[in-house]
Amino acid sequence: MDVGRRPGARERRDGTTNGGIGTMPLDANGAFLSFRNVKKSYDQKTLVVKDFNLDVQKGEFITLLGPSGSGKSTVLMMLAGFEGVTSGDIVIAGQSVTRTAPYRRNIGMVFQNYALFPHMTIAENLAYPLRVRKMNKAAVKDRVNEYLRLIEMGSFGGRYPGQLSGGQRQRVALARALIFEPSLILMDEPLGALDKKLREQMQYEITRLHEQLGFTVIYVTHDQTEALTMSSRIAVFNDGVVQQCAAPAQLYERPSNAFVADFIGENNFIPGKVDRIEGGKARVTVAGGGTITADAAEGLKAGADCVLSIRPEKLFIKPTSHAYDNELVAEHVTHHYVGDFIRFYFRVAEGTEITIKVLNDLAAPDLKAGDKASLVWLAKDCIAFPA
Amino acid sequence: MTPSALDANDTASARRELRRRKLTAFLFVAPLLLFLVFAFVAPIATMLVRSVYHPVVSELIPETLEALKDWDGEALPPAEARAVFAADLKRLAGERLSGKLAEEINRALPGSSSTIKASARKLGRMDDAELASAGGAILAAADAAWENPKIWKAIRDAGAAYTPDYYLTALDLEMADGGGVQPRDGAKIYVDLYTKTLRIALYITVLTLIGGYPLAYYLANAESKNANMLMVFVLLPFWTSLLVRTTSWIALLQTSGVVNSVLTGAGITRSPLEMLYTQFSTVLAMTHILMPFMILPLYSVMKGIDPSYMRAAMSMGSKPIPAFLKIYLPMTLPGLSAGVLLVFIISVGYYITPALVGGTDGQMISNIIAFHMQQSNNWELAAALGSLLLAMILVLYWVYDRFVGAGNIKLG
Ligand SMILES: Nc1ncnc2c1ncn2[C@@H]1O[C@H](COP(=O)(O)OP(=O)(O)OP(=O)(O)O)[C@@H](O)[C@H]1O
Ligand SMILES: [Mg+2]
Repeated sequence: MDVGRRPGARERRDGTTNGGIGTMPLDANGAFLSFRNVKKSYDQKTLVVKDFNLDVQKGEFITLLGPSGSGKSTVLMMLAGFEGVTSGDIVIAGQSVTRTAPYRRNIGMVFQNYALFPHMTIAENLAYPLRVRKMNKAAVKDRVNEYLRLIEMGSFGGRYPGQLSGGQRQRVALARALIFEPSLILMDEPLGALDKKLREQMQYEITRLHEQLGFTVIYVTHDQTEALTMSSRIAVFNDGVVQQCAAPAQLYERPSNAFVADFIGENNFIPGKVDRIEGGKARVTVAGGGTITADAAEGLKAGADCVLSIRPEKLFIKPTSHAYDNELVAEHVTHHYVGDFIRFYFRVAEGTEITIKVLNDLAAPDLKAGDKASLVWLAKDCIAFPA
Repeated sequence: MTPSALDANDTASARRELRRRKLTAFLFVAPLLLFLVFAFVAPIATMLVRSVYHPVVSELIPETLEALKDWDGEALPPAEARAVFAADLKRLAGERLSGKLAEEINRALPGSSSTIKASARKLGRMDDAELASAGGAILAAADAAWENPKIWKAIRDAGAAYTPDYYLTALDLEMADGGGVQPRDGAKIYVDLYTKTLRIALYITVLTLIGGYPLAYYLANAESKNANMLMVFVLLPFWTSLLVRTTSWIALLQTSGVVNSVLTGAGITRSPLEMLYTQFSTVLAMTHILMPFMILPLYSVMKGIDPSYMRAAMSMGSKPIPAFLKIYLPMTLPGLSAGVLLVFIISVGYYITPALVGGTDGQMISNIIAFHMQQSNNWELAAALGSLLLAMILVLYWVYDRFVGAGNIKLG
């Protein structure tokens, strides 16, 4: 699947690399798509989406990530027009679309079950949005062939969806959402039904097409790795509210609250009490008696309870050549051999467990259950969140 | 490496194993198979045979028929042949079977019954030798009709064990005198009845489709609480007796019934409408009764259609109605064709409802079949009519299979 080798590699028809419709007026703040205080209730009693705000730039790849039932699909359905907005506004290219019928929104959508029409061939499926737009026959044919080549399925036009593999169906669904050059593509867990290997391949494929064609994507997934590798920005959802919306690296390194720290990747949490805060750094006394320096998260107050979060790969066991400015003594519980690394489990004084990932090299310590060890880390790798 | 082919021992044991499995499988289906042979295959086969095989006359007067074999059918049969018949008739009179013969011949030549009965009475007292020598003359003396070749022809024709006559009658045709087939005089009772039956079945199919499709759609997409309750109403007709449902229509539609009372009471009509005992009441009651057969296959197919298909179509810019016609409707085709086929075939052969509410106008082919079985005692004609009905349905099924494909039927 090397883009460079593919003979049919193409530029966007209009020569720009921007998605969809070439010249669209943008929002005052430069956003192409904005959600403004969007709320949604299905039962007129509880809000499923509470005050959702998000600005998306043209060409961005935004992922909505969050636990099941947090309202991700609901947001997507409101954007596509299949669910009404209870209050608030959705603005695309400077125009409110909350009252626009779904078929007038010009938004491409990839469904989890692909929703390829089973009674039409692949070529007919791809031609459908073009025929709806009354494009002439020859042009439809050319465009369909072009997109079949784009997804590298040139010879599959005459087959029916039932005769394709999962990954092939996925690619057709993607091509069908792209073929009418919508300004926006929505994907609701498009890779959920694929196995791991195929999923990685398709992630690559989607990223490639996104870079090549430059459309704007709103993507929903459960899979963190998928979100981290593909997105320009990730909006972490919980309980109908966006907890944080940031680029993958920032989300991972600098989570803005304990939920995000816990939800994205693996994390250790140690409860403590804040002594004082100076210049964004907090001095925290942990239950075992040690004093730790950590970055203070927003909303942290001196004298209040807090939780410290440290990623397992940022912790080291003394002796170590790594620099450190925090140290904590803990009791070794057990360790698991994973292959390229070893996972150590420690107990901090009052029963909080800590996990450490240690590279499986010569420096890996040899510990027995009950041994005491000193765990060390850098203050900048550790964040204190309000408890 | 061990070879993957089986050796002789393995092959034998694998065969034994397979035989055992087949036997068990057969034992599982055997009861139903037996029942089907007994209750389905056998009756249909008998019906098919009955419609062409009628050996009564050939069993009553085998010798006469043998003697008449070489007769050209133009002039009177030769005297010997008539003498053989005279002897046969005497024997029948003795066995008290002459009445049966008279009845059979009368069917082919109306009016010949009395001739045969009267002659049989006279011949019964004659001497065998006398009959053998001058049987023809004695017959002619007994009744002048025996001098007319017509009755002899009727006897010969009725003697054929296999006859297409019943099929011809069922199609309002008859044998022409000079051979060949010609339309029968008078009204085309049966052909008209077949077309009427098909027409009524078509009305019912269309009506159940119009009523059933939107309901099935609603059921398939409604919240499960509402859908379950509505489903009970759909299934209710299955749980109440057919007779009760049909008679309830009588209560509704009769001259002094609910509908008429309301209409006259509200001043909409001056005098009560004649609704019962018409084609209208047959169609109405049968539409009601057959509605579940349309709704259930449609529902089961629609239940399996994810709403994302319509959404996908709309997200691609299709308006709801074109999206419905292009995407949803074709996807419901398996259920649609199953429902249509089911309702049409059931209504073509329906009996009880037209019998109860149809009057004369609303009678269908099954009612006339029942009439021939119960009242006119003409089982052969009933069998011919039934076989034609069966053939018609098979043809329809074949046409359907050609154009839609039987594999597309989905019942649940
Ligand atoms: N049509 C509906 N009617 C009523 N409640 C609904 C409807 N659709 C979703 N909900 C509720 O709204 C909440 C959010 O649902 P939504 O489908 O948006 O979650 P999600 O984040 O997409 O979850 P998942 O990751 O499992 O797909 C859930 O509590 C769900 O039960
Ligand atoms: Mg969802």
